[in-house]
Amino acid sequence: MSVYVLVEHDRGDVEPTSLEALTFARSRGVVTAVLVGHGADRAAAGLGDYGAAAVTIATNDLLADYGPDAWADALRQIIEADGATEVLASGTDRGNEVMAQLAARLDLPMVANVLEIGESGEVLRLQWGGSLHEQASTPGPVLLYTLSPHTVEATGGAGAEAVLVERPVDLDATALVTMIKDRVTTAEGITLATAPIVVSGGRGMGSAEAFDMLEELAALVGGKVGCSRVVTNNGWRNHRDQVGQTGTVVAPDVYLACGISGAIQHWVGMMNAKTVIAINTDKDAPMVTKADYAIVADLHEVVPAIIEEIKQRHG
Amino acid sequence: MRILVCIKRVPAPGAKINLTPDAQAIDATNLGFTISPHEECAVEEAVRQAEQHAGSVTVLTLGPPEAEEQLRSALAVGADEAVLMPTDSVAWDPMATARALTAGIAELEVDGQFDLILFGNESADSGGYQVGIRVAHALGRPMVNGIKGVTISDGVASARRETATSNEVFELPLPAVLGIKEGINLPRYPTLKGRMSAKKKDVVRSVPEHRPGGPHLIRLVTPAQQATATVILGTGPDAARGLVDVLEETGIL
Repeated sequence: MSVYVLVEHDRGDVEPTSLEALTFARSRGVVTAVLVGHGADRAAAGLGDYGAAAVTIATNDLLADYGPDAWADALRQIIEADGATEVLASGTDRGNEVMAQLAARLDLPMVANVLEIGESGEVLRLQWGGSLHEQASTPGPVLLYTLSPHTVEATGGAGAEAVLVERPVDLDATALVTMIKDRVTTAEGITLATAPIVVSGGRGMGSAEAFDMLEELAALVGGKVGCSRVVTNNGWRNHRDQVGQTGTVVAPDVYLACGISGAIQHWVGMMNAKTVIAINTDKDAPMVTKADYAIVADLHEVVPAIIEEIKQRHG
Repeated sequence: MRILVCIKRVPAPGAKINLTPDAQAIDATNLGFTISPHEECAVEEAVRQAEQHAGSVTVLTLGPPEAEEQLRSALAVGADEAVLMPTDSVAWDPMATARALTAGIAELEVDGQFDLILFGNESADSGGYQVGIRVAHALGRPMVNGIKGVTISDGVASARRETATSNEVFELPLPAVLGIKEGINLPRYPTLKGRMSAKKKDVVRSVPEHRPGGPHLIRLVTPAQQATATVILGTGPDAARGLVDVLEETGIL
């Protein structure tokens, strides 16, 4: 069976979870990677190693940047011409958006954030950001879905050199309406989503000022500061820093949760962290009972002590 | 300016989600209900835009008759009108929901088009990421999801979407559809006066036609919890040493 994967890229930089989607697709059939837009040729290099037998680049001079309509129109033309029966993307903002636009055009079901596909075609997908799973069936001639990020590990070494084809696509003016018009850089370097360690604070922090010590700690360990929903609701941190179902989903090597009780909406945003460490005064808090390591004490005493210890050993 | 916000009634779960015996739904016996978080922000945004542009806000929901409670919550924080498309107990898939909402919106637009229709980025419970997009497509209007900032001037909605490293700016001519993300604003609490006037307002009812599409729910499954034996590193500042040891073992330091 032939499986088409929308490989997401931003002006040539491949979205890392698209490589997870390619890895997953390998177990489903012969994989064609589809790239859309400016910079796609740079993004195409190396996809063979993740299992793409073919790479199709949708080309049109008007594809200057990302736009959900333009990408969905381009993808539709390619999968229709090739008669694809299974199309997926990674379950990112863009992946979910383009697949939903594609599904709307084809008037077919779309399944967001799939974890597994059973032998008889039934899917297992996320509900509640992952606190609950749903088993579902999907009628229709083409299976459209997104793969939940961090479900499979992207593994290269498939070794193949993908056949690269450029395919011109038609776009009409309405598809360009939703294209990115401008962008403003807001951060450089590592981000919450890519940091090896996230130092996160919750209600127990008590104030916006208390986050200064988390910033200091994060800087010492090469990480980023995150927070729970209570913190943003109290106006202590920008929503950009919020980890959880309605914020950013992270999967760092270490998640250090300071004064976070661990409601499910928060837990699903960091449950894929390799190691979870909790600092909390409540030994029965879900974050403590689910963590790999915990310190049951007041974070306002412990965090300065950690900073001091690191400075002594590594200063 | 006429603004429509589509909202969804969802349970407010605590630390654990329990299922009904047939695994078709969440056991909501002891749960409260709320407006899905992204949509709560969409209501707030609509009210703010209406205040700024001398507009009106209509809230629409497709859901059980009890969803009237969420419509009244929206009325209490400043929405002007509310429309309920009541469903019976059958499961509504995203395609069926989008079809019914599209028909419902067409009916409401007999009085004039909505300049702006807001959805939440995704619902808190089923999280299908598609109903708003399907409705926008059916209405032939531009739609961008994940919006954390909106400015409207001269018939154009300038909408901002955050990535990890940048803000992307989209400019959609009205009428347009936006999927709103939490963080765009901090929703206000209803005032007593707001609650009182919300109680008195009429909620319009419009019975939807159920045209299923997919995907079809087979059953809900509680994910297997990995049993963790938590290592307690200590109960005071002294435990910092053990924690730094862990950071060294994991290669962070």
